[in-house]
Amino acid sequence: MSHLEQLKAAIKERLPELEMVIGWGQGFDALHATPIFMKTPEDVDKLLWGPLNVHNTATYLTAYKGKKVGVVVKGCDSRSIIELLQEKLLNRDDVVVFAAPCSGVADLTRIKKSLEAKGLDMGRVKAVAVAGDTLTLSVAGQDVALSLKAVAADKCGRCQYHNALVSDVFVGEPLQESAADNYDDLAEFEKQSMDDRMAYWKKEMERCIRCYACRNACPMCVCRDHCIAQSREPGWVSQRDDVSEKFFFQMIHAMHLAGRCTECGECQRVCPVDIPLLLLKRKLNKEIKELFDYQAGTKIDAKPPLLAFKVEEENINERGW
Amino acid sequence: MSQELRIVGFLCNWCSYGGADTAGVGRFTQPTDLRVIRVPCSGRIDPLFILKTLVNGADGVLVSGCHPRDCHYAEGNFYARRRLEVVHRFMPILGIDPRRFSYTWVSASEGQRWQHVVTTFTNEIHALGPAPKIAGNPMEKLGALAQAV
Repeated sequence: MSHLEQLKAAIKERLPELEMVIGWGQGFDALHATPIFMKTPEDVDKLLWGPLNVHNTATYLTAYKGKKVGVVVKGCDSRSIIELLQEKLLNRDDVVVFAAPCSGVADLTRIKKSLEAKGLDMGRVKAVAVAGDTLTLSVAGQDVALSLKAVAADKCGRCQYHNALVSDVFVGEPLQESAADNYDDLAEFEKQSMDDRMAYWKKEMERCIRCYACRNACPMCVCRDHCIAQSREPGWVSQRDDVSEKFFFQMIHAMHLAGRCTECGECQRVCPVDIPLLLLKRKLNKEIKELFDYQAGTKIDAKPPLLAFKVEEENINERGW
Repeated sequence: MSQELRIVGFLCNWCSYGGADTAGVGRFTQPTDLRVIRVPCSGRIDPLFILKTLVNGADGVLVSGCHPRDCHYAEGNFYARRRLEVVHRFMPILGIDPRRFSYTWVSASEGQRWQHVVTTFTNEIHALGPAPKIAGNPMEKLGALAQAV
């Protein structure tokens, strides 16, 4: 039995005691999955599992706090759940986690680019077949085979946790844990001068349309309607259409995720203009790992480092002037 | 010293603000680039204060609080220490020179130390020169628009 069939069976078994189960279903076309909220066994039959399950299902959980819900997760999504549990934004007893090993998800921007290189339009993909590490797309009467490695999201290449770190039902054989992330991409970026880095961000942020999708898709952005970026008193960010305002909004987002971001990459995935937002959060994660030896979303009973302190900090120099 | 730069200092009410006052009462000479903002505790300082200040055109930001283990509220500066260190290490990726921000601890009786801190930090900022401007001046945009019309 495939992982999908096993998941469906497990969900159907637990469904009567749950309000709903959040998973992925078919979206508006063959390439796009969409989150679905399964309430009946018929809904469960619509469940999908595979490299197109790009959404982080944990994002929806805080909206249902206090209700008993189920959720289907990949490894990265499970880290978000752990972080939410750690911060008491969820109760462990209220969430039933279904999981299967994940070998990476596709980055639709990459698929779009590789199709464009062949003169094809992503909007015309009629069917997608997944076999092993190959995605076969039927576009405009021809079959295009893409290697999943080539079109996988960046986060999957450095993912350490392919298996959910928290789960009630785990189907299939766990995959082997990969080596820890060495933040090569950051080191590469930081070879540039300060001025070049600033110029880079200004250029990227110029495209931002302030749709706030990055915030809304983030599982850890739980302030939602009370976001300081939209408050007028105090007015952290104005409505002015200015690079510095957009950039500052991203600084707010990053700082509010310091020590909490689980690098699910939703901010970057949902960005309609492809701003590499995850880089900012990865920088903070790297520094926090160095300073406090802490990785968000890996241990339920750990305390987020910025909500704690040590009288004698090991890695902070107290700056003898 | 060359042209005055814009340095913003966030000082904790209980120690560093008092320390700066002590320095003033003692008539210690100090550079005049620093504008002081008095905060109840260094723990009150949101790291975003620092980023916002720098984005909006300050040439340097200095935060000063009570020495660790000496906080009026027992542990405010312990939290501040972690946050300030994190924001300091975050700056390089944004393209903001982390040397433009510094944090330190000065107690109310340390007028001399305050003088040393302000002088050293101001000299460092002067060595870096004025910060590259990140925020576009809205009036400039308007001017360009008016020209176009």
